[in-house]
Amino acid sequence: MSPERPPTSALVDSTTGLDTTGLDSTTGLDTTRLDTTGLDTTRLDNAGAIDEPGRLREIRPLPGERPRRARALWAVTWPKLVALGLVLTIWQIVVWSGWKPTYLLPGPGAVFADLWHQGHDGTFWQGIAWTLRRGVEGFAVAVIVGTALGVLVARSRVLRLGVGSLISGLQTMPSIAWFPLSMLLFQISETAILFVILLGAVPSIANGILAGIDHVPPAYTRLGTVLGARGLRLYRHVIIPAALPAYVAGLGQGWAFAWRSLMAGELLVVIEARPSLGQFLQFGLEFSNATRILSTMIVILALGMVIDVFFTVVSRALRARRGLLAKQSNS
Amino acid sequence: MTDDIAVRIQDVSKRFGRGRSAVTALSHVDLTVARGELVALVGASGCGKSTLLSLVAGLDRPDGGVVEVTGGRVAFMFQDATLLPWLTVTQNVALPLKLGGVPSRERADRVQELLELVRLGDKGTKRPHELSGGMRQRVALARVLAQDANVVLMDEPLGALDAMTRDRMHDEIERIWQDLHLTVLFVTHNVREAVRLGDRVVLLSSSPGRVKSIYDIDLPRPRRMDSAEVAREAAVLTHDLREEVRRHVA
Repeated sequence: MSPERPPTSALVDSTTGLDTTGLDSTTGLDTTRLDTTGLDTTRLDNAGAIDEPGRLREIRPLPGERPRRARALWAVTWPKLVALGLVLTIWQIVVWSGWKPTYLLPGPGAVFADLWHQGHDGTFWQGIAWTLRRGVEGFAVAVIVGTALGVLVARSRVLRLGVGSLISGLQTMPSIAWFPLSMLLFQISETAILFVILLGAVPSIANGILAGIDHVPPAYTRLGTVLGARGLRLYRHVIIPAALPAYVAGLGQGWAFAWRSLMAGELLVVIEARPSLGQFLQFGLEFSNATRILSTMIVILALGMVIDVFFTVVSRALRARRGLLAKQSNS
Repeated sequence: MTDDIAVRIQDVSKRFGRGRSAVTALSHVDLTVARGELVALVGASGCGKSTLLSLVAGLDRPDGGVVEVTGGRVAFMFQDATLLPWLTVTQNVALPLKLGGVPSRERADRVQELLELVRLGDKGTKRPHELSGGMRQRVALARVLAQDANVVLMDEPLGALDAMTRDRMHDEIERIWQDLHLTVLFVTHNVREAVRLGDRVVLLSSSPGRVKSIYDIDLPRPRRMDSAEVAREAAVLTHDLREEVRRHVA
């Protein structure tokens, strides 16, 4: 229940009829800005009052007709919108404070305008396409290598003793530290970027499947043995499926590392006539185009988050299928 | 005579650990189980009942003596159902067939047949966590039967069930045992359950585990857990078991 209750005092206050302008002035929030960033205060009030049906009617004749799914969606969406609104507000306030000139630190308005403008530019989409392609290809290779490595280490005592701790150790190595070597070995090339993506993502993926295999309940392994599954068949039918949730978690982490390595790579390894997000950042720096840097950063963040959500959804679905999720309350 | 024997356990000993901390789980155990017989093993916890089953299943090797299974294929039913949570009921039951290389069409028919046998014909698409404890054990029973085993080892399979469900499971197990002419070794710590199901009840003593006494249960089937006859037989056994436990604690 608690996550659905409005956690912020602003909401509670508004339902209890406290003067919101007073609150805003104490926190220094600009209500007009909040409203423009997609916060509809009347709807917020309703969301906050769901637990109190009596009050609900007074504010606006609500739910009943409104489908439950939409309400559930709204319940998880509004905190995000509030947070986003806060960030944008603080950003704007910092800009207005005159701490830095606007050509170094433009406000959200200018940045989103640039984003809109770029949306009509082919190069922008080409850049996104190249970056995503590198990311996906690099990640795919990392999945193959990492999985094979993880399974091998899980199966072999010698390998585990030899490289088990090295794999964890590699995870602590900042991927950007690999670039000088990579560029010496592979020059300014796709291979140089791929090399670093692999070094970033493979350890996480290998560790994920290794942890998954190590934590397979012994009862399952015993069952597999009793049913006559040995060796590879035991892996295929029992151990790998049992390890899947941890594996997916490892994949998610692996992607995060791959994405970071990729950005570092595109900043350093600028390949001519091949636009990419990292390159936009690099050019933004070279031309002192702060607006471009910020709009590109927003794209990078958004893409990273979308893919992270994908892994979260897959992981939840996996656990739900196995009855590993706590039953959700009916609200 | 030898043809009638399904399991022969001869002078079997088993130790765990080494040196001074070694524990003797089984010491010179002798037991013969006839084909088609249902033998219940009872004893206080830690008397080596499960160890004995593991030896018969070939999951472990004895340190001394011989374990011989001549009654056909062996299948194992665990204390908890141990269904694989990522598979549906149908897929769980089909797993031994799949591992045995049975073609998929034949597999589907056989699984449906088995699910009907344990009265779960309409639950094939469910996942284990959606079933009650009794249903899960029935799925496990169907999976055991899918292994085409003649000798079924059951390690306290009903321990976690409520009394009503357990009663029904006794009926199921008895019915399937008779219909399929199985040989069953049934481990339990519940004396009444042992008397309810067993042709014979083997009382094991603990530390080290050895055969204390064997009782022939000549009551007509089907028996009821709460019948006076079962209670009377059980009382005798419970008395002996209590004696055994007391001797041990003292």
